[in-house]
Amino acid sequence: MKLVFERSAEGRGTRYLPECDVPERLPAAALREKPLRLPELPETEVDRHYTCLAGQTHGVNDGFYPLGSCTMKYNPQINEKMASLPGFVNIHPLQDKESMKGCREVTEKLEQLLCEITGMDAMTLQPAAGAHGEFTGLLVIKAYHRSRNDTGRTKIIVPDSAHGTNPASAAMAGFDVVSIPSDDHGCVDLDALREAAKEDTAGLMLTNPNTVGLFDPNILEITRIVHEAGGLCYYDGANLNAIMGIARPGDMGFDVVHVNLHKTFSTPHGGGGPGSGPSGCKSFLAPFLPGKDSPQSIGNVRSFGGNFLVEVKALAYILTLGREGIPEAARNAVLNANYMRVKLADIYPMAYDTICMHEFVMSLEKLKHETGVSALDVAKAMLDYGIHPPTMYFPLIVHEALMVEPTETETRETLDEAIRIYREIHEKAVKDPEGMHRLPLHTPVRRLDEVTAARNPVIRYDFDA
Amino acid sequence: MYFPEELKYSKTHEWVRFEDETTAYIGITDYAQDQLGDLVYVNLPEEGEETAAGEPFADVESVKAVSDVISPVTGTIEEVHSDLADEPQMMNQAPYEAWFIKVRDISETEELMTREEYEKFIAEEA
Repeated sequence: MKLVFERSAEGRGTRYLPECDVPERLPAAALREKPLRLPELPETEVDRHYTCLAGQTHGVNDGFYPLGSCTMKYNPQINEKMASLPGFVNIHPLQDKESMKGCREVTEKLEQLLCEITGMDAMTLQPAAGAHGEFTGLLVIKAYHRSRNDTGRTKIIVPDSAHGTNPASAAMAGFDVVSIPSDDHGCVDLDALREAAKEDTAGLMLTNPNTVGLFDPNILEITRIVHEAGGLCYYDGANLNAIMGIARPGDMGFDVVHVNLHKTFSTPHGGGGPGSGPSGCKSFLAPFLPGKDSPQSIGNVRSFGGNFLVEVKALAYILTLGREGIPEAARNAVLNANYMRVKLADIYPMAYDTICMHEFVMSLEKLKHETGVSALDVAKAMLDYGIHPPTMYFPLIVHEALMVEPTETETRETLDEAIRIYREIHEKAVKDPEGMHRLPLHTPVRRLDEVTAARNPVIRYDFDA
Repeated sequence: MYFPEELKYSKTHEWVRFEDETTAYIGITDYAQDQLGDLVYVNLPEEGEETAAGEPFADVESVKAVSDVISPVTGTIEEVHSDLADEPQMMNQAPYEAWFIKVRDISETEELMTREEYEKFIAEEA
């Protein structure tokens, strides 16, 4: 398709803004020398441009999207409807508080419900993404230790299967990262944890269910070991969808959490987003939270109350599902994952062949060894069937990993069709391994040269090229 | 896959070529580059920095993942192979010529394997 710049013709733009009728007062040094090369298109062309772009992408609205660890569930229309109510849209964060009572009720109610679901006592809605929530939670942990003059606690323990954001957030917050290995079942190695947890431990970061989709049966022992060493326990809510309304991080011994509204609570990822990663904590940490009227607060991590309209959508989701619907969604997410896992396990070896939670990890190492067909080839093959590929090559502890998270919002027919496709692709891989390297054939672009793109990235449009 | 006889190998898939008892070149093995896939970026240390046995001294990035490169020895970095930064494909094409660092004043060395031991080790790991 043409780029928007290539559809442009001089003088053909739309004129929605009135002519500027105030003199420009910027000093010459601050003015641009050449005018911006903005594309000039009539509205019909703009519309076609975006419709064309939409046609070249794949979203949950287009088809199955089992991207492991991302919880690509359906985003209900009622959320959008609630978030477009004029009373929520036409507000300004600086307007008189008395005139925003309804909006404040939304945020307070959401904080309260998220506390109930996670087993926490206090919550901030400020963080604008999951990793931002992690960063906030880690600053809270840091402020807590500092408030007790316990300044030798400089290390955060992270299992080797963790999401990359965990060590990254810990480093951003000024901690050193201690990576501990997983045991043969993909769970935390207790002996390694006992060895790592000591007087320099600020805390542990963990997802549960963990990154291979398993609920760690030793969770109470894990949090006890960290607490006895004087550290705090951080719950990464990436995988909360599997347990919401059934088990609570607070009851497992976690002190701080973040949740991803754009995963677990059905607000859109990316495009229609933005994201939102509220952070919560137990009451003894509440004075350190951002946005709270407390001298010990770490300060604001974002302006005002966070991404408010996303919060409206998440509240709409929780209220529509209710006390029965939230755990039912979690149960169905787990059921769907196990249904697919069992129907694929005979040809796609599971990295951990046991009952999983909301997602499962396959290892294609044997297939690659025998046929040369890699996890990447299988993932690319799916594109031709209109399915978004699963997460590839993650977690890092599983070779040739494909990580599948169907979510609860898919029908049994969709799952059966996906299973049929996975099996058909496997058959192709065995019969015609060479052909697999050429796939996909029917997508807007074919196999991209990721290596050249990474080694020699061209990220600027060149008007003269 | 090829593992030269004259090199020593670590459990984290680095190779070491000793010039003498306290000087060595370090790189990643053929197995490591094969597992990582096409390498697109390397983050190298500075000359004069210290390395510690068992601690990372560099990281490499492939289209799949980012990985630490662990130093099998404790010593001082005498030379850094800065060409690798411009030509990361060297690590894929010629892993034993694509050394990362030359270390001098080596005071401590991790337990290293011979070619035969390393081949056995990766066969068990796979």
